[in-house]
Amino acid sequence: MPPSPVGDPGVFFNGANVRQVDVPTLTGAFGILAAHVPTLQVLRPGLVVVHAEDGTTSKYFVSSGSIAVNADSSVQLLAEEAVTLDMLDLGAAKANLEKAQAELLGAADEATRAEIQIRIEANEALVKALE
Amino acid sequence: NIQKITKSMQMVAAAKYVPEDKNKYLLIGVSSDRGLCGAIHSSIAKQMKSKVATLTAVGKEVMLVGISDKMRGVLYRTHSDQFLVAFKELRRKPPTFGDVSVIALELLNSGCEFDDGTINFNQFRSVISYKTEEKSIFSLNTIANAESMSIYDVDADVLQNYQEYNLANSIYYSLKGSTTSEQSARMTAMDNTSKNASEIIDELTLTFNCTHQAVITKELTEIIFGAVALD
Repeated sequence: MPPSPVGDPGVFFNGANVRQVDVPTLTGAFGILAAHVPTLQVLRPGLVVVHAEDGTTSKYFVSSGSIAVNADSSVQLLAEEAVTLDMLDLGAAKANLEKAQAELLGAADEATRAEIQIRIEANEALVKALE
Repeated sequence: NIQKITKSMQMVAAAKYVPEDKNKYLLIGVSSDRGLCGAIHSSIAKQMKSKVATLTAVGKEVMLVGISDKMRGVLYRTHSDQFLVAFKELRRKPPTFGDVSVIALELLNSGCEFDDGTINFNQFRSVISYKTEEKSIFSLNTIANAESMSIYDVDADVLQNYQEYNLANSIYYSLKGSTTSEQSARMTAMDNTSKNASEIIDELTLTFNCTHQAVITKELTEIIFGAVALD
Protein backbone atom coordinates (compact mmCIF):
# COMPACT_ATOMS: atom_id res chain seq x y z
CA MET A 1 0.00 0.00 0.00
CA PRO A 2 1.83 3.13 -1.18
CA PRO A 3 1.19 6.27 0.89
CA SER A 4 2.50 9.74 0.27
CA PRO A 5 2.18 12.04 3.27
CA VAL A 6 3.29 15.56 2.53
CA GLY A 7 3.93 18.09 5.23
CA ASP A 8 4.80 21.75 5.04
CA PRO A 9 8.53 21.23 5.58
CA GLY A 10 8.53 18.64 2.84
CA VAL A 11 7.71 15.12 1.88
CA PHE A 12 8.23 12.24 4.29
CA PHE A 13 7.04 9.42 2.09
CA ASN A 14 6.62 9.41 -1.63
CA GLY A 15 5.25 6.28 -3.22
CA ALA A 16 6.62 4.09 -0.47
CA ASN A 17 5.04 0.77 0.38
CA VAL A 18 4.06 0.36 4.02
CA ARG A 19 2.05 -2.08 6.08
CA GLN A 20 -0.15 0.27 8.13
CA VAL A 21 -0.73 3.93 8.90
CA ASP A 22 -2.44 5.15 12.07
CA VAL A 23 -4.09 8.52 11.72
CA PRO A 24 -5.97 10.88 14.07
CA THR A 25 -9.13 12.24 12.44
CA LEU A 26 -12.09 14.34 13.52
CA THR A 27 -14.20 11.19 13.72
CA GLY A 28 -11.65 9.24 15.72
CA ALA A 29 -8.27 7.59 15.30
CA PHE A 30 -8.00 4.62 13.01
CA GLY A 31 -5.39 2.43 11.41
CA ILE A 32 -5.29 1.96 7.68
CA LEU A 33 -4.19 -1.37 6.20
CA ALA A 34 -4.24 -2.45 2.59
CA ALA A 35 -7.71 -2.77 1.06
CA HIS A 36 -9.23 -0.32 3.55
CA VAL A 37 -12.59 1.13 2.46
CA PRO A 38 -11.96 4.24 0.34
CA THR A 39 -12.58 7.33 2.42
CA LEU A 40 -11.80 11.00 2.86
CA GLN A 41 -11.18 12.26 6.36
CA VAL A 42 -10.12 15.47 8.04
CA LEU A 43 -7.04 15.23 10.27
CA ARG A 44 -7.00 16.59 13.79
CA PRO A 45 -3.82 17.48 15.70
CA GLY A 46 -2.28 14.23 16.78
CA LEU A 47 0.15 11.42 16.19
CA VAL A 48 0.56 9.66 12.87
CA VAL A 49 2.36 6.33 13.10
CA VAL A 50 3.67 4.65 9.97
CA HIS A 51 4.40 0.92 10.24
CA ALA A 52 6.92 -0.03 7.56
CA GLU A 53 6.91 -3.41 5.90
CA ASP A 54 9.82 -4.57 8.06
CA GLY A 55 7.94 -3.75 11.26
CA THR A 56 9.72 -0.51 12.21
CA THR A 57 7.53 2.44 13.11
CA SER A 58 8.04 6.15 12.51
CA LYS A 59 6.01 8.75 14.34
CA TYR A 60 5.05 12.22 13.21
CA PHE A 61 2.95 14.89 14.83
CA VAL A 62 0.54 16.54 12.40
CA SER A 63 -1.44 19.73 12.88
CA SER A 64 -4.38 19.27 10.59
CA GLY A 65 -5.09 18.44 6.99
CA SER A 66 -6.78 15.71 5.06
CA ILE A 67 -6.30 12.07 4.27
CA ALA A 68 -7.60 10.15 1.28
CA VAL A 69 -7.67 6.37 1.08
CA ASN A 70 -8.24 5.30 -2.50
CA ALA A 71 -9.67 2.16 -4.04
CA ASP A 72 -6.22 0.97 -5.13
CA SER A 73 -5.00 1.11 -1.50
CA SER A 74 -2.96 4.23 -2.10
CA VAL A 75 -3.08 6.80 0.66
CA GLN A 76 -2.44 10.53 0.44
CA LEU A 77 -1.92 12.21 3.76
CA LEU A 78 -1.63 15.98 3.40
CA ALA A 79 -0.80 17.76 6.61
CA GLU A 80 -0.54 21.48 7.08
CA GLU A 81 2.41 20.90 9.41
CA ALA A 82 4.09 17.59 10.11
CA VAL A 83 7.14 17.15 12.28
CA THR A 84 9.07 14.31 13.82
CA LEU A 85 8.71 14.11 17.60
CA ASP A 86 12.28 15.20 18.28
CA MET A 87 11.40 18.63 16.97
CA LEU A 88 8.88 19.17 19.79
CA ASP A 89 9.42 20.20 23.41
CA LEU A 90 7.26 18.60 26.13
CA GLY A 91 7.77 21.45 28.57
CA ALA A 92 6.62 24.06 26.07
CA ALA A 93 3.58 21.94 25.18
CA LYS A 94 2.54 21.62 28.86
CA ALA A 95 3.02 25.34 29.43
CA ASN A 96 0.93 26.18 26.37
CA LEU A 97 -1.76 23.77 27.51
CA GLU A 98 -2.04 25.40 30.95
CA LYS A 99 -2.09 28.85 29.38
CA ALA A 100 -4.88 27.87 26.98
CA GLN A 101 -6.94 26.30 29.76
CA ALA A 102 -6.64 29.47 31.81
CA GLU A 103 -7.68 31.58 28.83
CA LEU A 104 -10.79 29.47 28.31
CA LEU A 105 -12.21 30.69 31.62
CA GLY A 106 -12.00 34.29 30.49
CA ALA A 107 -13.23 33.75 26.95
CA ALA A 108 -16.06 36.02 25.90
CA ASP A 109 -17.75 34.92 22.68
CA GLU A 110 -18.32 31.64 20.87
CA ALA A 111 -15.62 32.16 18.27
CA THR A 112 -12.93 32.85 20.88
CA ARG A 113 -14.06 29.86 22.94
CA ALA A 114 -13.86 27.63 19.88
CA GLU A 115 -10.36 28.83 19.02
CA ILE A 116 -9.12 28.30 22.57
CA GLN A 117 -10.76 24.88 22.64
CA ILE A 118 -8.86 23.93 19.51
CA ARG A 119 -5.61 25.13 21.09
CA ILE A 120 -6.33 23.05 24.20
CA GLU A 121 -7.01 19.92 22.17
CA ALA A 122 -3.90 20.42 20.07
CA ASN A 123 -1.71 20.91 23.14
CA GLU A 124 -3.30 17.90 24.87
CA ALA A 125 -2.50 15.78 21.85
CA LEU A 126 1.07 17.15 21.84
CA VAL A 127 1.56 16.31 25.50
CA LYS A 128 0.10 12.84 25.02
CA ALA A 129 2.34 12.16 22.03
CA LEU A 130 5.49 13.22 23.83
CA GLU A 131 4.90 11.44 27.14
CA ASN B 1 -51.37 0.56 -10.02
CA ILE B 2 -48.88 2.36 -7.82
CA GLN B 3 -45.94 1.68 -10.08
CA LYS B 4 -47.66 3.47 -12.98
CA ILE B 5 -48.35 6.49 -10.76
CA THR B 6 -44.83 6.74 -9.47
CA LYS B 7 -43.39 6.28 -12.95
CA SER B 8 -45.48 9.10 -14.34
CA MET B 9 -44.57 11.30 -11.38
CA GLN B 10 -40.93 10.64 -12.10
CA MET B 11 -41.37 11.65 -15.73
CA VAL B 12 -43.17 14.86 -14.79
CA ALA B 13 -40.45 15.77 -12.32
CA ALA B 14 -37.73 15.01 -14.86
CA ALA B 15 -39.40 17.25 -17.38
CA LYS B 16 -39.65 20.09 -14.87
CA TYR B 17 -36.07 19.67 -13.63
CA VAL B 18 -33.81 22.30 -15.18
CA PRO B 19 -30.17 21.71 -14.30
CA GLU B 20 -28.57 24.83 -12.97
CA ASP B 21 -26.39 26.31 -15.66
CA LYS B 22 -22.79 25.83 -14.75
CA ASN B 23 -21.65 29.17 -15.86
CA LYS B 24 -19.76 30.92 -13.08
CA TYR B 25 -16.03 30.77 -13.63
CA LEU B 26 -13.32 31.97 -11.28
CA LEU B 27 -9.98 33.03 -12.75
CA ILE B 28 -7.12 33.56 -10.33
CA GLY B 29 -3.92 35.17 -11.59
CA VAL B 30 -0.74 34.79 -9.56
CA SER B 31 2.40 36.82 -9.90
CA SER B 32 4.12 39.27 -7.54
CA ASP B 33 4.39 42.87 -6.46
CA ARG B 34 7.83 43.60 -7.82
CA GLY B 35 9.02 44.25 -11.33
CA LEU B 36 12.32 43.86 -13.18
CA CYS B 37 11.59 40.21 -13.83
CA GLY B 38 11.08 40.04 -17.56
CA ALA B 39 7.77 38.83 -18.91
CA ILE B 40 6.52 37.22 -15.67
CA HIS B 41 3.53 39.52 -15.19
CA SER B 42 2.65 40.08 -18.82
CA SER B 43 2.64 36.36 -19.69
CA ILE B 44 -0.03 35.69 -17.06
CA ALA B 45 -2.05 38.72 -18.09
CA LYS B 46 -1.95 37.62 -21.72
CA GLN B 47 -3.15 34.12 -20.90
CA MET B 48 -5.89 35.41 -18.65
CA LYS B 49 -7.18 37.99 -21.10
CA SER B 50 -7.52 35.41 -23.85
CA LYS B 51 -9.22 33.04 -21.40
CA VAL B 52 -11.70 35.71 -20.34
CA ALA B 53 -12.54 36.31 -24.00
CA THR B 54 -13.06 32.59 -24.68
CA LEU B 55 -15.22 32.05 -21.61
CA THR B 56 -17.36 35.14 -22.12
CA ALA B 57 -17.91 34.03 -25.71
CA VAL B 58 -19.59 30.82 -24.50
CA GLY B 59 -21.74 32.72 -22.05
CA LYS B 60 -19.88 32.17 -18.79
CA GLU B 61 -19.74 34.79 -16.10
CA VAL B 62 -16.08 35.32 -15.28
CA MET B 63 -14.82 36.63 -11.96
CA LEU B 64 -11.19 37.66 -11.58
CA VAL B 65 -8.92 37.43 -8.61
CA GLY B 66 -5.50 39.05 -8.68
CA ILE B 67 -2.84 37.78 -6.35
CA SER B 68 -0.21 40.50 -6.35
CA ASP B 69 -0.21 44.16 -7.11
CA LYS B 70 1.15 43.77 -10.63
CA MET B 71 -1.66 41.38 -11.52
CA ARG B 72 -4.25 43.81 -10.34
CA GLY B 73 -2.57 46.66 -12.17
CA VAL B 74 -2.37 44.88 -15.49
CA LEU B 75 -5.95 43.60 -15.52
CA TYR B 76 -7.80 46.35 -13.70
CA ARG B 77 -7.70 48.78 -16.58
CA THR B 78 -9.61 46.59 -18.95
CA HIS B 79 -11.54 44.26 -16.65
CA SER B 80 -12.29 46.24 -13.52
CA ASP B 81 -15.95 45.28 -13.41
CA GLN B 82 -15.11 41.61 -13.21
CA PHE B 83 -12.73 41.85 -10.30
CA LEU B 84 -13.78 39.98 -7.21
CA VAL B 85 -10.83 40.65 -4.97
CA ALA B 86 -7.13 41.46 -5.25
CA PHE B 87 -4.29 40.70 -2.87
CA LYS B 88 -1.11 42.71 -2.54
CA GLU B 89 1.91 43.15 -0.34
CA LEU B 90 2.81 39.49 -0.32
CA ARG B 91 5.90 39.08 1.75
CA ARG B 92 9.25 39.18 0.03
CA LYS B 93 10.18 35.96 1.77
CA PRO B 94 9.04 32.63 0.30
CA PRO B 95 5.30 32.06 0.78
CA THR B 96 4.14 29.98 3.72
CA PHE B 97 0.95 28.02 4.14
CA GLY B 98 -0.13 30.66 6.61
CA ASP B 99 -0.09 33.33 3.88
CA VAL B 100 -2.09 31.04 1.66
CA SER B 101 -4.67 30.35 4.37
CA VAL B 102 -5.41 34.05 4.56
CA ILE B 103 -5.97 34.21 0.81
CA ALA B 104 -8.09 31.06 0.71
CA LEU B 105 -10.20 32.21 3.64
CA GLU B 106 -10.84 35.57 2.01
CA LEU B 107 -11.90 33.85 -1.20
CA LEU B 108 -14.25 31.50 0.59
CA ASN B 109 -15.75 34.28 2.70
CA SER B 110 -16.21 36.62 -0.22
CA GLY B 111 -19.46 34.85 -0.87
CA CYS B 112 -18.61 34.20 -4.48
CA GLU B 113 -20.14 30.96 -5.69
CA PHE B 114 -18.30 29.52 -8.61
CA ASP B 115 -18.77 26.33 -10.57
CA ASP B 116 -15.30 25.94 -12.03
CA GLY B 117 -12.08 27.82 -11.84
CA THR B 118 -8.42 27.91 -12.69
CA ILE B 119 -5.32 29.41 -11.20
CA ASN B 120 -2.95 30.92 -13.77
CA PHE B 121 0.64 31.00 -12.66
CA ASN B 122 4.19 30.57 -13.91
CA GLN B 123 5.57 27.12 -13.25
CA PHE B 124 9.31 26.85 -12.76
CA ARG B 125 11.05 24.69 -15.35
CA SER B 126 14.72 25.64 -15.04
CA VAL B 127 16.89 28.61 -14.22
CA ILE B 128 16.38 29.96 -17.70
CA SER B 129 12.80 28.92 -18.40
CA TYR B 130 9.34 28.92 -16.88
CA LYS B 131 5.98 27.98 -18.33
CA THR B 132 2.71 29.82 -17.89
CA GLU B 133 0.29 27.15 -16.70
CA GLU B 134 -3.22 26.63 -15.39
CA LYS B 135 -4.30 24.60 -12.42
CA SER B 136 -7.95 23.67 -11.98
CA ILE B 137 -9.83 24.45 -8.81
CA PHE B 138 -13.13 22.90 -7.91
CA SER B 139 -16.28 24.01 -6.21
CA LEU B 140 -17.95 21.88 -3.57
CA ASN B 141 -20.64 20.89 -6.07
CA THR B 142 -18.16 19.73 -8.68
CA ILE B 143 -16.34 17.55 -6.15
CA ALA B 144 -19.52 16.15 -4.65
CA ASN B 145 -20.93 15.22 -8.05
CA ALA B 146 -17.73 13.78 -9.45
CA GLU B 147 -18.15 10.24 -10.69
CA SER B 148 -15.31 8.77 -8.67
CA MET B 149 -16.61 10.35 -5.47
CA SER B 150 -19.30 7.70 -5.08
CA ILE B 151 -16.87 4.99 -4.01
CA TYR B 152 -15.61 7.01 -1.05
CA ASP B 153 -17.16 6.66 2.38
CA VAL B 154 -17.36 10.30 3.34
CA ASP B 155 -19.43 12.77 5.38
CA ALA B 156 -20.82 15.99 3.92
CA ASP B 157 -18.84 18.34 6.15
CA VAL B 158 -15.65 16.38 5.46
CA LEU B 159 -16.18 17.14 1.78
CA GLN B 160 -16.40 20.85 2.45
CA ASN B 161 -13.23 20.67 4.54
CA TYR B 162 -11.57 18.77 1.72
CA GLN B 163 -12.60 21.32 -0.90
CA GLU B 164 -11.36 24.25 1.19
CA TYR B 165 -8.06 22.54 1.99
CA ASN B 166 -7.67 21.60 -1.67
CA LEU B 167 -8.19 25.22 -2.68
CA ALA B 168 -5.56 26.41 -0.21
CA ASN B 169 -3.13 23.73 -1.37
CA SER B 170 -3.59 24.63 -5.02
CA ILE B 171 -2.92 28.28 -4.27
CA TYR B 172 0.13 27.29 -2.22
CA TYR B 173 1.48 25.16 -5.06
CA SER B 174 1.00 27.92 -7.61
CA LEU B 175 2.45 30.60 -5.31
CA LYS B 176 5.58 28.54 -4.74
CA GLY B 177 6.05 27.86 -8.46
CA SER B 178 5.36 31.49 -9.20
CA THR B 179 7.92 32.92 -6.76
CA THR B 180 10.59 30.49 -7.96
CA SER B 181 9.92 31.41 -11.60
CA GLU B 182 10.01 35.08 -10.69
CA GLN B 183 13.38 34.78 -8.94
CA SER B 184 14.99 32.98 -11.87
CA ALA B 185 13.45 35.40 -14.37
CA ARG B 186 14.73 38.37 -12.40
CA MET B 187 18.18 36.77 -12.22
CA THR B 188 18.27 36.37 -16.00
CA ALA B 189 16.85 39.82 -16.68
CA MET B 190 19.26 41.56 -14.32
CA ASP B 191 22.18 39.50 -15.60
CA ASN B 192 21.41 40.64 -19.14
CA THR B 193 20.99 44.21 -17.95
CA SER B 194 24.37 44.10 -16.21
CA LYS B 195 26.03 42.74 -19.36
CA ASN B 196 24.42 45.48 -21.43
CA ALA B 197 25.54 48.06 -18.90
CA SER B 198 29.13 46.75 -19.12
CA GLU B 199 29.04 47.06 -22.89
CA ILE B 200 27.74 50.60 -22.68
CA ILE B 201 30.45 51.47 -20.17
CA ASP B 202 33.11 50.07 -22.51
CA GLU B 203 31.77 51.99 -25.49
CA LEU B 204 31.49 55.22 -23.55
CA THR B 205 35.01 54.81 -22.17
CA LEU B 206 36.35 54.45 -25.69
CA THR B 207 34.40 57.50 -26.85
CA PHE B 208 35.65 59.46 -23.85
CA ASN B 209 39.27 58.48 -24.49
CA CYS B 210 39.04 59.40 -28.17
CA THR B 211 37.46 62.76 -27.37
CA HIS B 212 40.00 63.43 -24.62
CA GLN B 213 42.90 62.67 -26.92
CA ALA B 214 41.39 64.81 -29.66
CA VAL B 215 41.09 67.79 -27.30
CA ILE B 216 44.67 67.39 -26.08
CA THR B 217 45.95 67.05 -29.64
CA LYS B 218 44.07 70.22 -30.64
CA GLU B 219 45.51 72.20 -27.74
CA LEU B 220 49.00 70.90 -28.47
CA THR B 221 48.65 71.84 -32.14
CA GLU B 222 47.54 75.39 -31.22
CA ILE B 223 50.43 75.81 -28.79
CA ILE B 224 53.00 74.52 -31.30
CA PHE B 225 51.63 76.72 -34.13
CA GLY B 226 51.57 79.65 -31.79
CA ALA B 227 55.20 79.00 -30.77
CA VAL B 228 56.28 78.58 -34.39
CA ALA B 229 54.45 81.78 -35.37
CA LEU B 230 56.31 83.75 -32.70
CA ASP B 231 59.72 82.54 -33.90
